[in-house]
Amino acid sequence: MRFEWTVALRFLREGGMQTVLIVAGTTAGIAVIVFISGFLGDLQRDLIRRTLGVQPHVIVRPAEEVARPLHRAAGVTALDQVQARAQRLRSVDQWQALQAALEATPGVRAVSPVAAGPGLVARGDANRSVTITGIVPARYVAVTRLDEKIVAGALRLNPGDVVIGTDLARDLGAAVGDKVRLSTATSPGDAYQVRAIYDLGQRNLNRAYAYVTLPAAQALLNLPGGVSSVEVSIEDLFGAEEFAERLQARVPHEVESWMRANSQLRTALNNQTVMTLLVRFFLALVVAIGVASVLIVSVVQKTREIGILRAMGAPRGRILRVFLLQGALIGASGAALGSACGYALTAVMGEVLRADDGTPLFIAQFSPALYGYTVLGAVVLGLIAAVMPARRAARLDPAEAIRL
Amino acid sequence: MTIPIIDLRGVRKTYNPGTPVAAEVLHGIDLAVSEGEFACLIGPSGSGKSTLLNLIGLLEWPSAGDYLLKGRPIAQADDDERTRARLETLGFVFQFHHLLPAFTALENVLLPGLMRYGAYTTEQRAGAVELLSAVGLGEAMHKLPGELSGGMQQRVAIARALALSPDLVLADEPTGNLDTHTADDVFALLRRFNETRRTAFLIVTHDPRLAARCDRVVELRDGTLVDDSVRGG
Repeated sequence: MRFEWTVALRFLREGGMQTVLIVAGTTAGIAVIVFISGFLGDLQRDLIRRTLGVQPHVIVRPAEEVARPLHRAAGVTALDQVQARAQRLRSVDQWQALQAALEATPGVRAVSPVAAGPGLVARGDANRSVTITGIVPARYVAVTRLDEKIVAGALRLNPGDVVIGTDLARDLGAAVGDKVRLSTATSPGDAYQVRAIYDLGQRNLNRAYAYVTLPAAQALLNLPGGVSSVEVSIEDLFGAEEFAERLQARVPHEVESWMRANSQLRTALNNQTVMTLLVRFFLALVVAIGVASVLIVSVVQKTREIGILRAMGAPRGRILRVFLLQGALIGASGAALGSACGYALTAVMGEVLRADDGTPLFIAQFSPALYGYTVLGAVVLGLIAAVMPARRAARLDPAEAIRL
Repeated sequence: MTIPIIDLRGVRKTYNPGTPVAAEVLHGIDLAVSEGEFACLIGPSGSGKSTLLNLIGLLEWPSAGDYLLKGRPIAQADDDERTRARLETLGFVFQFHHLLPAFTALENVLLPGLMRYGAYTTEQRAGAVELLSAVGLGEAMHKLPGELSGGMQQRVAIARALALSPDLVLADEPTGNLDTHTADDVFALLRRFNETRRTAFLIVTHDPRLAARCDRVVELRDGTLVDDSVRGG
């Protein structure tokens, strides 16, 4: 291969501006591919995190109660109208066992039991309806990262403490340290001290939840020892639906993934993924066509030299490899430069594009796998692009080529 | 009797066979060249000299007849076998020197060795330097062809043709675009290599002055050998 390397490198060097331009074009194309590939995943994850707020990846609830009509026996006339059951607040059956089983399941990051139900929060003359949510803080933050959303106070719940959202706090005129009254249909309630205030970035979510300790919620909602749902955080965000389906087959409860609960978001994300895939594909195609056309021109320019090499005793296979190698070299150098430029672009755009709360939408990450695959892909792309020119060069008739 | 390097028997060449424009340019050529010969091929333009040289150089296929290269039939061999035979047995010098412009004079001379052995060895390097010194380019060996005069380029081409010590060097008008003085120098160089290395030469030329200095003159006219005379030597 030494001969092929020597001649290919010399030909590329001789190409001068032609080589510089095609490497630059390849670099630009690959930089954008790397940029898109690098930040798309982060951007989607960020979007999902922001949209879901405190929704878990997977939630397990008690199955709905269904009214069963009477058994229809022969010769018996039954009334056909069946009224749907009113869904009372119930506990997930044997949730401690479920929690332990989920924690032992591979791919599960955190499990959090939650007792949530409707209630009222009042301060002075103002009162608002909320979802009273009983949590075990250490477990809950592992699933929802509520601790990152705290804007005042600290997320440390003692019995008699409550954590509310910014908009609810404003409605009630309450600040950290103030007392509010929580009550439900089944309990006259008690006074709770606001321990912290959270901001989920959406007004309706900031009015929705009042967090208390799990025992406090169980007392308020008349769910002694029970939980209304078990929330699960898993490793693979986009594998949530599959995970939920597998779990559903194992437990007598209702299992729902974020993907089903937010199907529009999921569809939008899927479309985005397909679109970027298309953009990347066409960029790669444009790069390949560029490389192929430059090499075809090069074959024409070097017809005489190819003829001399053939006359001197270079077989067709070697001429073929000389040009395939040139394609691969253009691809590899474009990929190396393009990866560097793509990384720089990601870093710059990560600084420029920010969410309205000022946090970056994505963080430039150095992903060796991405760059490894990019270089490998670009080499293959260069090789494929070079196939036609290389075959053309190899098929040249030396006698004719020399006569030129 | 030794086996000739090339041995053509009744070789014919027809372009565009089987079409209305079919044209036979060589009508049964018998020609053998043996080790150490210094032969000229002369003839008017269009007599088929270049075609014959390309056939001998395995760059074209004969339409009919036999061709033995060092006793081995090669007329119908496939492209790879013919290419290998070119590398191992033949050297080429063309009229327009045809050096690779991106390689220095020395690298041009080293290329056949790289092709054959896959590496530049110290011996090859020494051999190439020696050849370039022998053609009077010891000083200019690291220059690119574009920096050399026509005569110098042709001398590099000769050194390259001799790099792998071929049995036969085919030269197509090697002095065709050189002035008389330079042409004499280049011709003398070919002669010297013929004498010192016993390399056989087959030189196509238009120049009767140079033809007169060959040991053997083969004349081609309208695709037929009309004269094959061996002089003195």
